[in-house]
Amino acid sequence: MRYLPHTWEDIKSMLEVVGVESLDGLFSTVPEGCRLKEPLSLPEPITEWELNYRMAGLAASMGAPPEYRMFTGAGSYEHHIPASVSYLLSRSEFVTSYTPYQPEMSQGTLQGIYEYQTLTARLLGMEVANASLYDGASALAEALLMSIRITRRKQVAISTLIHPLYRQVVQTYFAPTGFSIIELPYLQNGKTDVSMLGALDDLAAVAVQSPNFFGCIEELMSIGHKAHESGALFVTAFTEPLAYGLLKNPGSQGADIACGEGQSLGIPQSFGGPGLGMLASRMKYVRNMPGRLVGETVDLDGKRGFVLTLATREQHIRREKATSNICTNNSLCALTVAMYMASLGGGGFRELSRINYDKCEYLKAQLKETGLEISFESPTFNEFVVEFPVDFEKTYARLLRKKIVEGIPLVSYYPELVRHYLLCVTETKTKEDVDTLVQEVTS
Amino acid sequence: MIESSGNTGLVLNEPLLWEKAKKGRCGFSLPRRDVEPAPLDEDLTGEVPDFPDLSEVDVVRHYTRLSSWNFGVDTGMYPLGSCTMKYNPKSNEKQATLIGFAGAHPLLPLGLQQGALRLMSELEQFLAEITGMDAVTLQPSAGAQGELTGMLLIHAYHQSKGSPRSKIIVPDTAHGTNPASAALCGYQPISVKSNDQGILSVDAITEVMDEDTAGIMVTNPNTVGLFEEDIQKIAEVVHSKDGLVYCDGANMNAVMGIVRMSDLGVDVLHLNLHKTFSTPHGGGGPGSGPVCVKGFLEPFLPVPRVHKTEEGYMLSEDFPESIGKVHAFYGNFGVMVKAYSYILSMGPEDLRKASQLAVLNANYVKEMLKDVLHLAYDRPCMHECVFSDRFQKKQKITTLEMAKRLMDYGFHPPTIYFPLVVSGAIMIEPTETECKEEIDRFIEAVKSIVNEAEKEPQLVRKAPKKCKVRRLDETAAARHPCLAG
Repeated sequence: MRYLPHTWEDIKSMLEVVGVESLDGLFSTVPEGCRLKEPLSLPEPITEWELNYRMAGLAASMGAPPEYRMFTGAGSYEHHIPASVSYLLSRSEFVTSYTPYQPEMSQGTLQGIYEYQTLTARLLGMEVANASLYDGASALAEALLMSIRITRRKQVAISTLIHPLYRQVVQTYFAPTGFSIIELPYLQNGKTDVSMLGALDDLAAVAVQSPNFFGCIEELMSIGHKAHESGALFVTAFTEPLAYGLLKNPGSQGADIACGEGQSLGIPQSFGGPGLGMLASRMKYVRNMPGRLVGETVDLDGKRGFVLTLATREQHIRREKATSNICTNNSLCALTVAMYMASLGGGGFRELSRINYDKCEYLKAQLKETGLEISFESPTFNEFVVEFPVDFEKTYARLLRKKIVEGIPLVSYYPELVRHYLLCVTETKTKEDVDTLVQEVTS
Repeated sequence: MIESSGNTGLVLNEPLLWEKAKKGRCGFSLPRRDVEPAPLDEDLTGEVPDFPDLSEVDVVRHYTRLSSWNFGVDTGMYPLGSCTMKYNPKSNEKQATLIGFAGAHPLLPLGLQQGALRLMSELEQFLAEITGMDAVTLQPSAGAQGELTGMLLIHAYHQSKGSPRSKIIVPDTAHGTNPASAALCGYQPISVKSNDQGILSVDAITEVMDEDTAGIMVTNPNTVGLFEEDIQKIAEVVHSKDGLVYCDGANMNAVMGIVRMSDLGVDVLHLNLHKTFSTPHGGGGPGSGPVCVKGFLEPFLPVPRVHKTEEGYMLSEDFPESIGKVHAFYGNFGVMVKAYSYILSMGPEDLRKASQLAVLNANYVKEMLKDVLHLAYDRPCMHECVFSDRFQKKQKITTLEMAKRLMDYGFHPPTIYFPLVVSGAIMIEPTETECKEEIDRFIEAVKSIVNEAEKEPQLVRKAPKKCKVRRLDETAAARHPCLAG
């Protein structure tokens, strides 16, 4: 096996040093009753080339672009990823290193993550961002637990227009804790109904997503005011951070904690993971933050350098009193997002964001023209909900045969929204793609 | 100093991104605008993000230079104990970038996701076979999330029996994530000391195990690199009070094909694909932390579950007792592709051999260094061995200083000051992918440093001197946090 470098000679001489006669002899401290008596029943090894064929076969059975035209977002977005970003990410000094516990030997990762924290804080309009969490869903769960620690209150209110799968994760995290979740319903215009907030006291957090799961842009400022009036922290979530290239960012709208998924910023969709849990907050809450933080410092010569810092919040120091149990995070994905943001720059990020908005508006307008009903009237960013006619399933299937994926049906998440579909258009779709879709839908 | 891999070359400086930016540059092939701008309410429009503007060349040079300040497994030996920094095969990386995988949307119609579902289903079977457990979830994103999932499963189990419990036993040698994960789940961790042999004694567990204790979180092999020899009896004690045995499988690299956790009485186990199954650690992640369980816990596993039917692979949510979800989708699929490729490339015999060689390398290092470094427990070890700085006390040279000096010799330092039960711990895990010559060079480097500690302690105290930066002021960083530029 090419990954195992030992020759029989090596093994023999090393066993001699250790003072045992065989490789099996190394396991003398494993009681007889604990040992496996027969070989593992696994497939026999295959060569590199056989593996290539096998994996190519599995991958080929998947529906993916460019073969398929996906008009699907819902928390995972198809965007162009520059070759330069993918190429830089293959640098094995980044890929094959561990968490930067030894800063003198990890300055590449550390400066890269410091830059990620900075650009993330700027994008979200917040003062401090952490070094990453797993995904948008666990970032939301962590943000809510963080607000519970800060306020010492035990109840959170979350919008039903937060990604339904994120809400499920929050429920899982909360199940054994005794903390409770109140779900805020949605209005006919596709925004969160916060009218019940006035009647709720003792809330640790009010959480909404914007753009929300229907793609609609929430009125963050006024929700934030209501949250603050009740003494709660205002937590904003996102699945599509590209939106903040065009729209007002959460920090400017009064968010105390902003959290969400960073996949859309240069990370391959990879069937849902790995993505990137992004979390940022006001500086005054930093000691309650989950996850790692990189800070600037100096070396013995006074030269600038970077280290992991404020570690007394973390599990390896604080154990059961830590702000979170997270250890391994999604560092390489954070580095990806930083590379992507740096490649676009401020102007490029704005332009790309604007193009997403415009293309999506174009599809919306074309569908409206055919007489279809756009389900919610509120402004959206790059996805929206449309109601299709009875027996649209047939059209959906016909489109699939033509390798077009017409968004996702919402009925399994919102039973009342029968025949409502969530559609997404990013910069990866041309006007022609959109025109074809509209033609097919109406034919 | 012996002639070592560590050398100095031309180290290039590189400023922060925004220090080299110039307004008007862009490093991105912006898509052509083929539709008219649509109106947008001014109230909704925000500021342009304050990002640095750079050309593609600027970005490429920036990160290439940054990468040169890093050290990875591909650079050299990385004997970071408890982290299993083995070689990350390039073939695995390639498979994960196949467009069918990398470009796949997680909410595709079922007919378009068969390849991924098959891969996940087979990987679950492989991991079940390797651990001897009955069912597997691949959803947890990393080891600590696997632990949390395991705790949630145990919690759901006791809940279903109508008797939720409030405590859990966690040995003092455990990773910090263990008590932190237990606490997230509302459990009060009860710390138990290991005995003078470095392992848990049955008596110590019997003393604390009661009807309000949900079970035990045990790491086996444990964090001092020793096999928990009484694990089966300990499991009996825990089971006798209807508690469950959770195993932290971070150290599974020692026992693939040699021990199956199911035979030890383990009920729940998490694995780290980014340790045992060769997927890279990415400077801190992404990882993947599958959880394997005995059959009676299967109903509680996260949804959706993959299953095979006559029409193909399906995803099912129909598990009413499930704890729910810990990841928005199915977990870190990209990482699973690599681990699956690894298992297929290795096969059953070489997986077993990998563990044997990992244990051989660790025992070899232990024997070769025990005269110069104090060995915490002088017994046969598994895949890692733990020393301390006790012999260097008289020269007032610490573990930290020796670790830093190793960098000058071209090695990544071992894990230091963990486990907490060994004062000044130096935890060395060579892994099976290091050859004898490289390990001998490492041993020589450690011996040379020990010698320096006696003869030229200043060299050690001032280390490292060959890295991009010298010793960094971590106290100042924490006292006046500067977390963004």
